[in-house]
Amino acid sequence: MNTFLESLRSALESIRAHGFRSLLTSLGIIIGVTSVIAVVSIVQGMSESINAQFAGLGSNSLTVRSHTPFKQAMQGKYSKLQDSDMRAIVRQVDGISHVTPVLYANTGSRGGISYRAQSATSNIMGIGPSYLKVNGIYPQSGRFFTRDDENRRRLVCAIGVDIIENLELPKDPIGEFFLIGNNWCKIIGVIEKRGEILGFSQDNYVLLPYATARRIIGNTRRDLDIQVQLLVEDMNRMEEVKSRIRRVLRIQHKLKAGQPDDFKVQTAEQLTESFNAVINTVTAVSAGIVGISLLVGGIGIMNIMLVSVTERTREIGILKALGATRNNILLQFLIEALLLSLIGGLVGVALGYGAGALVAAMLPGFPPAFVPLWAVLLSFGFCAAVGVIFGIIPAAKASQLDPIDALRYE
Amino acid sequence: MATTSAEPIVIQLRDIYRTYIMGDQVLNALDGVSLDIKQNEYVAVVGSSGSGKSTLMNIFGCLDRASKGSYILNGTDVGDMSENELAKVRNRQIGFVFQSFNLLSRATALKNVMQPLVYRGIPLAERKEIASQALEKVGLGDRMGHLPNELSGGQRQRVAISRALVGNPDILLADEPTGNLDSKTSREIMRLIDELHDQGQTIIMVTHEADIAKHCNRVISLEDGKVSSDTKQVKSR
Ligand SMILES: Nc1ncnc2c1ncn2[C@@H]1O[C@H](COP(=O)(O)OP(=O)(O)OP(=O)(O)O)[C@@H](O)[C@H]1O
Ligand SMILES: [Mg+2]
Repeated sequence: MNTFLESLRSALESIRAHGFRSLLTSLGIIIGVTSVIAVVSIVQGMSESINAQFAGLGSNSLTVRSHTPFKQAMQGKYSKLQDSDMRAIVRQVDGISHVTPVLYANTGSRGGISYRAQSATSNIMGIGPSYLKVNGIYPQSGRFFTRDDENRRRLVCAIGVDIIENLELPKDPIGEFFLIGNNWCKIIGVIEKRGEILGFSQDNYVLLPYATARRIIGNTRRDLDIQVQLLVEDMNRMEEVKSRIRRVLRIQHKLKAGQPDDFKVQTAEQLTESFNAVINTVTAVSAGIVGISLLVGGIGIMNIMLVSVTERTREIGILKALGATRNNILLQFLIEALLLSLIGGLVGVALGYGAGALVAAMLPGFPPAFVPLWAVLLSFGFCAAVGVIFGIIPAAKASQLDPIDALRYE
Repeated sequence: MATTSAEPIVIQLRDIYRTYIMGDQVLNALDGVSLDIKQNEYVAVVGSSGSGKSTLMNIFGCLDRASKGSYILNGTDVGDMSENELAKVRNRQIGFVFQSFNLLSRATALKNVMQPLVYRGIPLAERKEIASQALEKVGLGDRMGHLPNELSGGQRQRVAISRALVGNPDILLADEPTGNLDSKTSREIMRLIDELHDQGQTIIMVTHEADIAKHCNRVISLEDGKVSSDTKQVKSR
């Protein structure tokens, strides 16, 4: 333990003595970890918000949302789903029991909520009265919106149980006011706990009457893009209802025979699947980035450590003459490599989170960035492994030096 | 020097060879050296350049191993020792002073002197205490925070001597300790080494200069890796 502490001390001194070079040495690791954490923070931010959207969707539910075909996206034209589309579905499709629009407002800074000194981010959704039914959730206390709330666009809301904790609201928050953006909003109901999916809490959300949400968000977004969630009366008629909705929307959007759909009608299962496919791809790609950049970073560290061993040959000779054992020298150089790598990891995590937050804040419609603890721990774990793996060769080389040869080295 | 014969033997060399093989050339830098060094002896090793003085010192100091022959240090055969045991011997039984000082360039005088104590597992505070006392003994109490390149040659050698002695070694080995110093500084360093001998330190020193060899009470001459003469004398200062 004592030797370890001494090695740590001298490794730190050596890193400090070569400040700038140490930074350059760690650069590979820094870049690797930065990009990974940035990607993870964005993806996780997205998945947290998307997961919240899926939660509770029953197997007889359908979700209709806009989808921009690739060709169209290239032209910069983004598809939308509007109130008129929903009305058309309600009017022209049979076999539907409940329909609700869902307007997501968790866009960057607009997802911000605060109560007294506490602030947090949340998924803010504007919804119709059928939302509870479609998603199978119930208020555990207070009440839900009335027609009157909707018609008068009242600033009232129902909240998920996480909000109480996040904003440090009183145990019974009914009747309290908190800020959504710059709007004071009164809590009239608390929705019962939904639990977690894939490790993400499903209870961090604020529900507003649809008309109210439009009032708050509508100021800044001219053409709103909504989702439509609905329940099919008879599970066996699911496919029939789906194709009926397709037909209605194609006419509604004036699509010609050859044109692809600019929307998607999905079951809860399909939603989860397609979402997970995206997440998996991104995760795989970022794992690739980690692998390659940590490899490059590791080689960078090994390179510099080898140079450092050569440069400090005489110093190693002196230490051996003073009584350093092979293990003393090995440990010192190994810890130095390890520290370089971990410092790189630390800087990388900080920069990566910063980059992720910046990107998420700059892109409109992006949920806030979020770095899960496992990503941080994993990054440090990898960095430590890289430091040890790539540090061992230079450290072994240093420890094996013959004292006389090392002392003679010029 | 009648008293020396009663002192215990610290170093015993028997028929030591150090052979370098370069291509098809075989060079015996040490060619059958046998010596006994007793406690509190003050030995000068002299000889022309290339005669094997440094080679001998490195073997004394366990920095190098003999190719053949036996070296018994304080009753233990060094030839049987593992790498770790040799490191321990270098740390505890031997203090080495070099011609070119060999200080750790990035460490202050104090840290240089503290370094051997690191390998004895002595805690930091205690190390500082012992090392600063050692530096004060060589008259550098006011230079502890200086880096080697902020010290004069004489001061550097004092730091090196203080570092060699900080762990109370049995033997002080010095390979041309005044080789890089002017004559006035050399005299100061020699005065310091003389004092150490007076305090009972066993010292083996390589030197080119007859003036410096006079300080010692035994002079060993090397020639082509062999001991050509070994005389006791009354030291004069
Ligand atoms: N690593 C080595 N490889 C080959 N030959 C060596 C090596 N080290 C020393 N020698 C040879 O051994 C002989 C003795 O060298 P040594 O350094 O002991 O001489 P020295 O008496 O200390 O000389 P000086 O007074 O110049 O310091 C020399 O001929 C030298 O060339
Ligand atoms: Mg020499």
